[in-house]
Amino acid sequence: MFKTKRFWVSNFGFRASNLQGFKIMGLWYSVSAILLLTFLVVIGIEGMGLVSFFTIFIPYAALFLFVVGFLYRVLKWATSPVPFHIPTVSGQQRSLSWIKADNIDSPYTTGGVVKRLALDILLFRPLLKNEKVEMQAPQRLLFKPSVLLWFGAMAFHWSFLVILLRHLRFFLEPVPSTIVILQRVDSIFQGLIPVIYITDIIILVALGYLFVRRIIYPQVRYISLSSDYFVLLLILGIVLSGVLMRLIYKVDLVQVKEWAMAMLRLRPVAPKEVNLLFYIHLFFISLLVAYFPLSKLMHMPGIFLSPTRNLTNTSRNQRHINPWDYPVKTHTYEEYEEEFRDSMKEVGLPIEKG
Amino acid sequence: MALYDGKKIIPGLIIFLGLVSYPIWHNTVSGKTSYVPKLEIPKDKKECIEPKAYIRVNHKELLEDWRFSVVRSGVRTYQASNQKRYTMSLNRTCMECHRDRTKFCDQCHNYMGVTNKCWDCHLYPKEMEKGAK
Ligand code: HEC
Ligand code: HEC
Ligand code: HEC
Ligand code: HEM
Repeated sequence: MFKTKRFWVSNFGFRASNLQGFKIMGLWYSVSAILLLTFLVVIGIEGMGLVSFFTIFIPYAALFLFVVGFLYRVLKWATSPVPFHIPTVSGQQRSLSWIKADNIDSPYTTGGVVKRLALDILLFRPLLKNEKVEMQAPQRLLFKPSVLLWFGAMAFHWSFLVILLRHLRFFLEPVPSTIVILQRVDSIFQGLIPVIYITDIIILVALGYLFVRRIIYPQVRYISLSSDYFVLLLILGIVLSGVLMRLIYKVDLVQVKEWAMAMLRLRPVAPKEVNLLFYIHLFFISLLVAYFPLSKLMHMPGIFLSPTRNLTNTSRNQRHINPWDYPVKTHTYEEYEEEFRDSMKEVGLPIEKG
Repeated sequence: MALYDGKKIIPGLIIFLGLVSYPIWHNTVSGKTSYVPKLEIPKDKKECIEPKAYIRVNHKELLEDWRFSVVRSGVRTYQASNQKRYTMSLNRTCMECHRDRTKFCDQCHNYMGVTNKCWDCHLYPKEMEKGAK
C-alpha cells in the first residue's frame, strides 16, 4: 500500500487540490492556538510577572467553570424526554423461550445494560467492531477488522487515568497507600530510583498515534475539526511539560504540594521554586478543564446518558408511554358517516349503519 | 423545565461532585489541611553539600550518581560546586549531618508519597545508637 507513489501524493496532500479537499486548515488553527497560548504564559510570567494570576486566579476560575459547566450540560440533557426505547443492538432480542437471547448485545434487563455499559466504558468494546475497507484486485472489496484505534484509545485513556491517580499525591495528605503502590508499580522497570513512569511512555506513544491518525488517513482527516486537533495538542502539551519537568527541568515537588494544599484550604499562596514548565503545565490543565464542558470531552458523562446505550431493548415486551402525549383530535369513520349519511345515501354509497 | 430520570441523574451528579471535591474531604478528615513537613536541620552545620535549592530538587540524581561512581567506577570523592570535597557515602556523609532520617528525609518523602528501599541495606547513625543501647 505504501509502495505506490499515489498513496503518498494523495495522503499527504502535496497536490493543491487535495489540500483544499481535505480541510487541513483546522490543524493549523489549533497549532497556532497552542503556540499563542504558550506564548501567553511566557509573556505573562516572564514579562509581566503575573505569577499569582496564573497559579491562583486561573486555576480557581477554571475549576469553577468546569464544575458549573459540567452540571449545566448534564442537567440540560436531563430536560430532554426519552420517550422511546432506541438502543443500538447487535444481538438476538429476547422473544420466545427457546431462542437464545443475548443480554449484553441486546440487553433486556437493567443488569444487561449495566454489563454492556461497563464493557463499553472499561474496555471500549464498540471500537473493536471497527473495520477497514480495502480494495483488492479490481473488483474485490475486503472488510478487515481494525483494532489499532481501539488499542490507541485504550492505551491513552488508561494511562491518563493512572497519571491522574498518581497526581493525587499532590492533593492528599496523608498520601493513601494505594497511590504509593500504584506509583511503585508504574515505575517498576527502573532501578532503585525511578526516572520516567511506564504510563508516561504509553501516553506519549498513544497521543502520537491518535494525532497522526487524523493527519495521514484522508477519511479521518476529512472529518477532523480544529477542536479535534486542539484537545489532542493541549493534552500533548500537558504531558510533554510534565515529562520534561520530571526528566530535565526539575521543580521542587514539596513546594508544589504546599501550593496545592493551600489552594485546597482556600488560603492560596503562589508556588516557589518552580519553573516556566510548571506554569505552562498548569495553564494548559486549566484550559483543558475550563474547556471541558464546552467540548467533545463531555463524552465522559455523555456515555452514561446515551439513550442508544443505556436503555433496555424491550420495545415489544413492555408498553412505553410517550411522556408528551396529549389528546389528539380525531374524526373516526363512525363520526364521518354520521355527518355525511344523507349525502352518501343520495349518491348510493354503501353505508354501515342503516 | 422538567427533569427526566432525575432519580438516576441527580445521584450521578452527586457522585461527580463527591469525586471532584474528594481531596478536601480527605484532608479534612485526616485533619492535615495545613500540614507541612517539619525538617530537623543539623544545628552545628551551616551548609549542605550543595546549595539548598539545588539539593532539595536534585538529591535523588546526586545519590544515584554517587552510587554509580562508587559501585561501578570506584571513585569515592565528590567535589561540590563550592570546591569542597566529600566522601561519596549515604551513611557516612549525608547521614552524618542529617542523623535521624525519620525527622528529615522521611518528612518530605512521606509527604510526597515517595518510598525508597535504601534503608533496607543502608543504616543511619540514629539507628545504630539505638542498636548499641
Ligand atoms: C556537612 C553537613 C551536611 C551534609 C554532609 C549533608 N547535608 Fe544536607 N543539609 C545540611 C544543612 C546544614 C542543611 C540546611 C541548609 C540550609 O538551610 O540552607 C541541609 C539541607 C538539606 C536539604 C534541604 C532541606 C531543606 O530545609 O529544604 C536536603 C534535601 C538535604 N540537605 C539532603 C542531603 C543529602 C541527600 C545529603 C547527602 C548527599 C546531604 N544533605 C548531606 C547539612 C549537610
Ligand atoms: C525537601 C524535602 C526532601 C528531603 C529533606 C529529602 N528528600 Fe529525598 N526526595 C524528595 C522528593 C520530593 C523526592 C521525589 C522525587 C520524584 O519523585 O521525582 C525524593 C526522592 C528521593 C529518592 C529517590 C527515591 C524514589 O523512589 O523516588 C531518594 C533516594 C532520596 N530522595 C533520598 C533522600 C535522602 C537520603 C534524604 C535525607 C538525607 C532525603 N532524600 C531528604 C524530597 C526530599
Ligand atoms: C540491596 C541493598 C541495597 C539497597 C536497597 C541500596 N543500596 Fe546503596 N549500596 C549497597 C551496597 C552493598 C553498596 C556498596 C558499599 C561500598 O562499596 O562501600 C552501596 C553503596 C551505595 C552508595 C555509595 C557508597 C556508600 O557508602 O554509600 C550510595 C551513595 C548508595 N549506595 C545509595 C543508595 C541509595 C540512594 C539507595 C536507595 C535508592 C540505595 N543505595 C539502596 C546496597 C544497597
Ligand atoms: C489533566 C491533568 C494532568 C495531566 C494529564 C498531567 C500529566 C503529567 C505527566 C504525564 C507528568 C509526567 C510525570 C508523571 O507522570 O508523574 C506530569 C508531571 C507533573 N505534573 Fe502533571 N498532569 C496533570 C495535572 C497536574 C496538576 C493539577 C498539577 C498541580 C499540582 C500537576 C503538577 C505536575 C508536576 C509538579 C509534575 C512533575 C512531577 C515530577 O517531577 O515527578 N499536574 N504531569
